[in-house]
Amino acid sequence: MTDMASLMEDRAKPGTPKDPRKPVNWDSPDIARRIKKRYGADRRFKMYGLVAILMALAALLTLGTSIVSKGYTAFFHTYVELEIFFDPAEIDPDRTNDPAVIGRANFDGLIKQNLRNHFPDVTGRSELRQLYDVISGGASYDLRTRVMENPSLIGETRKVWLISGDDFDMLNKGFIDAGGEEASRRLSDAQVGWFQRLVADGAVEKQFHKRFFTGGDSREPELAGIWGAAVGSFYTLIITLLLSFPIGVAAAVYLEEFAPRNRFTYLVEVNINNLAAVPSIVFGLLGLEVYLNLMHLPRSAPLVGGLTLALMTLPTIIIASRAAIKAVPPSIRQAALGLGASKVQTVTHHVLPLAMPGILTGTIIGMAQALGETAPLLMIGMVAFIVDVPGGVTDPATVLPVQIYLWADSPERAFVEKTSAAIMVLLGFLILMNGFAVYLRKKFERKW
Amino acid sequence: MSLTFLLLAIALLCALSFFFGRQRAVGLSGGRYSNLHSLPVHYGVYTALWCGLPALFIVMVWYGFQGTIIQALIVADLPDSLTSDPGQLSLALNSIGLLSEGRGAHLAGAAPELIDAGRRLANLKSIASGALVVVMVCGALLGLIFSYRKITKDMRARNNVERIARGLMMICSAIAILSTVGIVFSLMFESLQFFTKISPLDFLFGLEWSPQTAIRADQVASEGAFGMIPLFVGTLLITFIAMCVAVPVGLFSAIYMGEYASPKFRAVAKPALEILAGVPTVVYGFFAALTVAPFIRNQGSLLGLDVSSESALAAGLVMGLMIIPFVSSLSDDVMSQVPQSLRDGSYGLGATKSETIRNVIFPAALPGIVGAVLLAVSRAVGETMIVVMAAGLAANMTANPLQAVTTVTVQIVTLLVGDQEFDSAKTLSAFALGLVLFLVTLGLNVFALKIVKKYREKYD
Repeated sequence: MTDMASLMEDRAKPGTPKDPRKPVNWDSPDIARRIKKRYGADRRFKMYGLVAILMALAALLTLGTSIVSKGYTAFFHTYVELEIFFDPAEIDPDRTNDPAVIGRANFDGLIKQNLRNHFPDVTGRSELRQLYDVISGGASYDLRTRVMENPSLIGETRKVWLISGDDFDMLNKGFIDAGGEEASRRLSDAQVGWFQRLVADGAVEKQFHKRFFTGGDSREPELAGIWGAAVGSFYTLIITLLLSFPIGVAAAVYLEEFAPRNRFTYLVEVNINNLAAVPSIVFGLLGLEVYLNLMHLPRSAPLVGGLTLALMTLPTIIIASRAAIKAVPPSIRQAALGLGASKVQTVTHHVLPLAMPGILTGTIIGMAQALGETAPLLMIGMVAFIVDVPGGVTDPATVLPVQIYLWADSPERAFVEKTSAAIMVLLGFLILMNGFAVYLRKKFERKW
Repeated sequence: MSLTFLLLAIALLCALSFFFGRQRAVGLSGGRYSNLHSLPVHYGVYTALWCGLPALFIVMVWYGFQGTIIQALIVADLPDSLTSDPGQLSLALNSIGLLSEGRGAHLAGAAPELIDAGRRLANLKSIASGALVVVMVCGALLGLIFSYRKITKDMRARNNVERIARGLMMICSAIAILSTVGIVFSLMFESLQFFTKISPLDFLFGLEWSPQTAIRADQVASEGAFGMIPLFVGTLLITFIAMCVAVPVGLFSAIYMGEYASPKFRAVAKPALEILAGVPTVVYGFFAALTVAPFIRNQGSLLGLDVSSESALAAGLVMGLMIIPFVSSLSDDVMSQVPQSLRDGSYGLGATKSETIRNVIFPAALPGIVGAVLLAVSRAVGETMIVVMAAGLAANMTANPLQAVTTVTVQIVTLLVGDQEFDSAKTLSAFALGLVLFLVTLGLNVFALKIVKKYREKYD
């Protein structure tokens, strides 16, 4: 019971000290205390509200900082400088300068040989294998492209920065404790020792990790990049946009401007509202059953992903477009009709252009939702491990959120920072899209 | 013949027919457009529509059925030994597909009938794409000729175009119905197949969930139990935890935003809260699995509690965080709809702001708030990525938030990611779960919207 209600009740009861027949002394300390109490309760209530908002914002901040603090290191990677003798006997024994010959050469062996030269004291098969782990398996490809671009390197000795293995990168970034127990980390004491010798020689450096932005997926964290997933996301979104925008706008125009009030219209409206609330995974089941099992469209393709997401974004676009169309005042329509324009002309020449900013804002927000959507795409096979960058809408592909999901599932420690960095990129895109939507709304917002 | 190319071809044909139609109208008009019923543009659009729509229709139907028909043709020619076993068949079809695209180098030693079939598949595909182009162009040209011949000075081209446009718009809005029908049918179809293998009663009321079934007859594996009660208990537990976070925080933020906050604070805090709704769920899942779950486990072990690393608590808390803006914006809406006169009446009687909110606005808005909470529940029940990444896989019947539970959506994902066999109860059960999920969320939504609507009418 609240204080005010209790006050009223007290006054209603005869015989109590606050008998209604006697006037209340509003200046009495009793009443003053009561009022103070009530205002105290008011302040506390207000504070609860503030605390709730601050809690939510604090959680948002924690989310952001935890992602950024885990992820920013992924933009840099540890490189090791080795002196490489580009042995002509190894690479191009006949001096043909033929790219095909150079392409077949054993650059991996070249790197290994130079590692052995750098650490002459390391012998023994298993020790050597541990030593080779210092340099990533992908370094030989880098070396090959380098020589193919510049064949004059052959026969020379150059200092070359080579990409290190992911465990050594983690060691260099301090995620693996060099002082800890050998059994508790992924690197042996000997490996840590070699790496520290390289550090002491000044042959270790963190450099900007371009490969993260340009590479496709890989099982090796140091070689994995987001470009493949980003291109997949792009194709998927293009399909989604091409389908859901025209269909959504047409449906909204029909429902707002043309539809008679009948059962069909009612049914459409009920369905749109319900579709907006159907769990996204159910759309995935629909896509799996209709597009893959029934129509035999290619699995894991952006085409199918886009078709599925288009159905999901459709209600968002329709609802936003209807609101925008409704906001155009009737006087505009009446003026156009009065000048002899047909109904369709009124809509296409006047109502739609005026509603377009609102429609576009809704569409961008719908696209941003589609960009972040994961669950339905898992159902239609976009979780496959795909190394190649997709070249079209029917190639197997994955998308950014699914890539994040896949990396988050990987056991290697190095994938934690990759995942966080990919999340940062995804959030960056979302912020851009939503920012653009806000800008559109601010710029073209019109009060009639 | 790629789809892009076909669409470009259709666009080109449309542009051409637009040009022809317009030219014809201009020619008929004899230089004075007022001789025509409609503007020349309308005649152009009329022919373009008549050319493009049949072509587009043909392409869509073709793409929808080509795969099915070609596969049926291939399967019909395969020996019985392959077609009798569905597993064998899908393997064989896969190899045939690879062979037809010339990617089957490793299959060089495959059975001759497979290589044969691969060659035939490649053949059929090229025939199909060639035939598609021919049929499409024929359709387009027929449409063009038909409409071109119909153009006269008095033809009501504008009315015709507008009628077609209205029809197209109606079809577009019917897609909303079509996708609901598609969802219901695709879920029903596979679920009915599932229920021929597992009794619906066992599914709905069974207390054990372990979908691992033997793949081969001689394999040692459990029979597989498909009782969905444990999954629902898990879903409800996580949803309940999420609501414990989202409802109080969301409601109090809505009250503060609506009744107390200065416009300046509101302008900053409201969009900031809405960011929470825009963060992709996979990000929340990562946050729950890598930050919140270990934190809870460490705190639990400090207190001497045994906390699972995939505890329901972590998933529930993060899901609650995600739903806060949903609850707060919906309840903000309903509370701002409470008429000002009620507030003024309460203030006039000397009530403080909090007394007004608690005793007047909140009771008046209660039905709407209940509706908002129900919508939030349906959202939480259907949420997938957070639980896939942060909740467990084992179906435990427990109400202990510190233990790992699994949910309906997690099971759907685990059952369908990876190998799918549409003849085993294991894969089909995902569709039965999807059907139940769909019906539950639909029921919640319809109910919630009804409450909200009824309440709105009260104050309108």
